[in-house]
Amino acid sequence: MSDDNAATAQASPPPESEQPTPPEQHNYWHTVLRSITQGNALVAVGAIILAVLVGSLMILFTDEEVRTTFGYIGARPSDFFAASWNAIEGAYSALFRGSVYNTNADDFLSGIRPLTETLKYAAPLILAGLGVGLAFRAGMFNIGGQGQMLLAGGAAGWIALSESLSSLTIWIHLPLAIIVGALAGALWAGLAGLLKARTGAHEVIVTIMLNYVGYYLLFFALSRQGLLQQPGSSNPKSAPAQDTAILPDLLGDRFNLHAGFLLAVAAVAFCWWLLNRSALGYRFRAVGENPHAARTAGIDVGRTYVAAMLIAGALVGLAGVNQVLGTVTSGVALDLDSGIGFDAITVALLGRSRPIGIFFAGLLFGAFKSGGFLMQASEGIPVDIVLVVQSLIVLFLAAPPLVRAVFRLPTKEAA
Amino acid sequence: MSTTAPASAPVASPDRVEIVPRKVPVILTVITVALALAVALGAQDGDTTFRLATGKDLFQLPDVVVPAELTAWIGIVVMALVSVDSWRRQLTGHRTPMWETALYAVVGLLAFLAWAAADGTIPMVGLLSGSLALAVPLVFGALGGVLGERAGVVNIAIEGQLLFGAFAAAIVGSLAAPPLVSALGESAGDFTGAIVASAGAAFAGMLVAVLLAVFAVRYFVEQVIVGVVLNVLVIGVTSFMFSQVLAPNAATLNSPPRFRAIDIPILGDIPLIGPVLFRQTLLVYALYVAVALVTFALWRTRWGLRLRAVGEHPKAADTVGIKVNRTRFRTVLLAGAIAGLGGASYTLVAVSQFNREMTGGAGYIALAAVIFGKWDPIRATLAALLFGFASQLQGTLSVIGSPVPSQFMLMLPYVVTLFAVAGLVGHSRPPAASGQPYKLG
Repeated sequence: MSDDNAATAQASPPPESEQPTPPEQHNYWHTVLRSITQGNALVAVGAIILAVLVGSLMILFTDEEVRTTFGYIGARPSDFFAASWNAIEGAYSALFRGSVYNTNADDFLSGIRPLTETLKYAAPLILAGLGVGLAFRAGMFNIGGQGQMLLAGGAAGWIALSESLSSLTIWIHLPLAIIVGALAGALWAGLAGLLKARTGAHEVIVTIMLNYVGYYLLFFALSRQGLLQQPGSSNPKSAPAQDTAILPDLLGDRFNLHAGFLLAVAAVAFCWWLLNRSALGYRFRAVGENPHAARTAGIDVGRTYVAAMLIAGALVGLAGVNQVLGTVTSGVALDLDSGIGFDAITVALLGRSRPIGIFFAGLLFGAFKSGGFLMQASEGIPVDIVLVVQSLIVLFLAAPPLVRAVFRLPTKEAA
Repeated sequence: MSTTAPASAPVASPDRVEIVPRKVPVILTVITVALALAVALGAQDGDTTFRLATGKDLFQLPDVVVPAELTAWIGIVVMALVSVDSWRRQLTGHRTPMWETALYAVVGLLAFLAWAAADGTIPMVGLLSGSLALAVPLVFGALGGVLGERAGVVNIAIEGQLLFGAFAAAIVGSLAAPPLVSALGESAGDFTGAIVASAGAAFAGMLVAVLLAVFAVRYFVEQVIVGVVLNVLVIGVTSFMFSQVLAPNAATLNSPPRFRAIDIPILGDIPLIGPVLFRQTLLVYALYVAVALVTFALWRTRWGLRLRAVGEHPKAADTVGIKVNRTRFRTVLLAGAIAGLGGASYTLVAVSQFNREMTGGAGYIALAAVIFGKWDPIRATLAALLFGFASQLQGTLSVIGSPVPSQFMLMLPYVVTLFAVAGLVGHSRPPAASGQPYKLG
């Protein structure tokens, strides 16, 4: 981590520094070249290869056919290798067909459908990943994605199912629902930031605890008539969202992709601007790098923590909003976060807490998710294998020396 | 974070007053007012019965019957008095003593119970022994967490170690029990099978710890990241194996033997305490031993001193010849084994089969207990017991039917932790080098 920071810091001095920085194209390209040969790009590829290898081994070990043929591997090894190839090939072609392009489809439009599904799954991952990544950059670990998403989803759902608001147009109702949701997420995360700033409470513990408290708060609201529960129902579930509060489909009725993806793209742009071009973002990074130095330089560290968590919570909250108003519009339920709060941590780590990186990491994990479902349906391989591969990618990525050793990549030149 | 530099010695005395934090009186007052409001709004008629004995007891303690409403108000008055005294001490520059906080907690709890269970009977033995049973994985996990952090390695992977321990115990138990039963007979075979399964659980926890140690100690990866990712990895691996292997072969791979409660002859006959503490399973007795051993070893042995030195000031430890990273590596493995043993209680005690994600975040609660307990094995154990009590209380009250919505009862342990982390334990100080990799040069 520190090597990485050193490399980027050396390559691109912060624009807020005193002397004006001359636009050095040469310097930029040198950085790109160096990051390809010595930097993290190759390590990332290596990490993904290693993780996929381990995932393949797990598929092999648990495949019925492979195990049977292994029993007589001495007599007819060809059977074993054929079975192994079938299992692996089946798994990965299903993954591809489920996430990028369905080669079995009749026409192009239905063939490209998996890609739009990938984008749909990627949107909340990117939004929540940005929230986690932003907190990372300010030196905080936001494990509270689940709670922030739940409360944001609950709040957005509460606005979305209101009939009186639906008499206003979609131009008022939908933005209102989005904003209220984001605010709820911001407040929930901001609470963790405030506790850290005022009492020194460790944000890891606080956000974990807030996850549970948020879960039970939503549970309570969803099981009370008059709060969020659907009238006349006894299930912990709310009424469906009004049509005026639903994120519109981007590509018409045939595809499930909705405007939440635009929200994610906008959030990436906003975070990039915030971190790289704004004074607030500069303070976030300064505090994240070294809070003591930042304090010495006159930055109010506590206030920066709170601000970072507020924005991070709003971003994670948007992921919850995206679920309630876009992906599952049949009503707010307790599982609306569907693990995204935790997936977001791996997304942020894979994206190295940089907005652009998080965007692509979110796309990759969105593809895994979309393809994983087809893999489970058509090949009978549990979708949990995706969790294994995701976590291994992040694990290997976090230890560049290990990956370099495995692939015999050259070590970093002394910077 | 907010380290206020003390003023220089001669002029310190007037400033010293401000150092006593205001958190304790504030929190005591808030809780008192909250309980008073709850009792005032949700009036409860009738009597509450505290049942102190079980049918099997040698000496039968009589039931204690109290009027619900009155008891609650008496309790609230006592709590208010303690709060006032805490304010008085705070204003004169003194801290609230531990015994007052403890008194407050016990009285508050009894007042709450009397109010919440009006017209009902609270089986105290069942409540307390159930709490202990629920707390077993939490205590083992917390012990593992304390050891790791004392050596300077943050162990977020407790959750993964518990889950993998539960998983391994199910498989090892299912495989080991049938041959042992045919060799030793039904009960002895089951018992030894369960012991073998527990060893398997400890080994599994250690496997997760090896990964943690390799990445955190050998490759200097941010420890919190490794921990979180390992938890996800273990969830993925166990869920995958569960649906691929365990579920189709449930009879041969997912039906481990169970530990049965062992009644310790004389100790088990002590009223109230006996049935709670000494009619438990072998795992609970192992827990007593583990807590005692870890506490003794950490504070009273050379090994413990070195371990703590490595966690507080690795450079100094290195200078006097302690192998920092080797010590950390071994401690993390030991901590993993202890946490893994805790996982066995999921599949070998109440339920004798593994299920996906069956630990349900208990590892994170154990981690909270570590911090709540200020990185001390005994205090962390007490904190874990408190969490176990809160969950058991929720179960008991939902049977009796309490005026508090069940979601708020379920929320209670987490809110208590929040209060604790933010206020009651004050500014808790972790081991100085906890979370920092040690690199030479």
